[in-house]
Amino acid sequence: MKHLISMRDLNADKILQLLALAESLEKDPGQLDLSRRVMAAVFYEASTRTRMSFESAMKRLGGEVIAMVGTSGTSVEKGETLADTTKVIARYADIIVIRHPMEGAARYVSEQVDIPVINAGDGANQHPTQSLLDLYTIKKAQGTLEGLKLALVGDLKYGRTVHSLAYALAPFNPEFYFISPKSLGMPNHILNDLTRMGVKFIEKTKINKIVDNIDILYVTRIQRERFPDREEYEKVKNAYIITADLLKNAKDNLKVMHPLPRVNEITTDVDSTKYAYYFDQAENGVYMRQAILATLLGEVK
Amino acid sequence: MKVMKVDAIRNGTVIDHIPAGRGQRVLGILKPRGSDVVMMGMNFSSKAMQKKDIIKIEGRELNQHEVNSIALIAPAAKVSIIRDFNVIRKFQVEVPEVIEGLVACPNPKCITNAEPMVTRFRLLDAAGPQLSCQYCERVYTADEMDHI
Repeated sequence: MKHLISMRDLNADKILQLLALAESLEKDPGQLDLSRRVMAAVFYEASTRTRMSFESAMKRLGGEVIAMVGTSGTSVEKGETLADTTKVIARYADIIVIRHPMEGAARYVSEQVDIPVINAGDGANQHPTQSLLDLYTIKKAQGTLEGLKLALVGDLKYGRTVHSLAYALAPFNPEFYFISPKSLGMPNHILNDLTRMGVKFIEKTKINKIVDNIDILYVTRIQRERFPDREEYEKVKNAYIITADLLKNAKDNLKVMHPLPRVNEITTDVDSTKYAYYFDQAENGVYMRQAILATLLGEVK
Repeated sequence: MKVMKVDAIRNGTVIDHIPAGRGQRVLGILKPRGSDVVMMGMNFSSKAMQKKDIIKIEGRELNQHEVNSIALIAPAAKVSIIRDFNVIRKFQVEVPEVIEGLVACPNPKCITNAEPMVTRFRLLDAAGPQLSCQYCERVYTADEMDHI
């Protein structure tokens, strides 16, 4: 594995290897030493959480971090191409972590530079490290990835985390409930792919009847910034609000996940229930990103 | 007696079995120059296709780039290279497994529409044909795409 660009590039074995390494690094944080290695965080759009998670992961491995956050005041504003910007940064660092609003940007960068590239989100396309940390979280919570029932809720049209997660879980015989307003359904090209892969899924607009029957409730924010039309956003912004009351008959093992930040999709009374797992999920991101960085930097075979 | 609806050419290329109505798009790929002699027949009867278009272009032999482009629009097209009124080579166009720099990605958020770079698609399904963008990973039929 030279780069991490898309979940489509990973098979089940590679995924399980990364999960095992993340678990091992969580238990024994000092086992690897990446001192003198430099990670460049190249964030064309702000993402404090993902960037800090990567920075924390690199620093916990003993490595150093340099960062470009936003394009304001950079050569990008002068019209420099993505290829040129990243070719230069590749001379300063051993690995590039890139977040970019255009889809396919990370793949393109991986073709331009000689060092490993990690996709930290490219538009509405892929966010593979989020998917891997989600898988790690699910496995920790449920003890397995096999044969789980999962509801993915909210903005399934623009939400790249749910797109990636659907692909990431596909090899593990999941049963998906895709719950969204009709206008924010899972894109057809993804549904077609899942059908081709033999993955079971049902599309729904209501959540109530499903909650008591699932192992994972994966909630996403309906993202105002992804809507071309403000009125469309207003129609659907409060479509799903998860409350403690909604979960009163949930299965014991249910875990509620959310890639965060949340706005009002999960009320704070859920935080104190045994179902809340979104803060653990954020913490797990650091272990998983440690595993990814170490693997791509050739520290583990 | 069989009547020739389109004149024979001495040297050049005949593109046959173009789906009816797509001849204009194929012509768009060939970009004939002002002095080129071009004949296009539309809606000819065809046993295999019921209706088809035919293009004959005098003095030009297609390059691979043009053949690949035509394959995206007219996967069943047959190309004949003519020299001195004789067919010296005849072949069926074929959509290549990797299509580089021929068509634009219709996704406005695709990086290929923002950077000075070559587009690249993988052929998923020859029927259609269906192509997957190497970069944004979306899948399109060739009909949804504009030629570059």
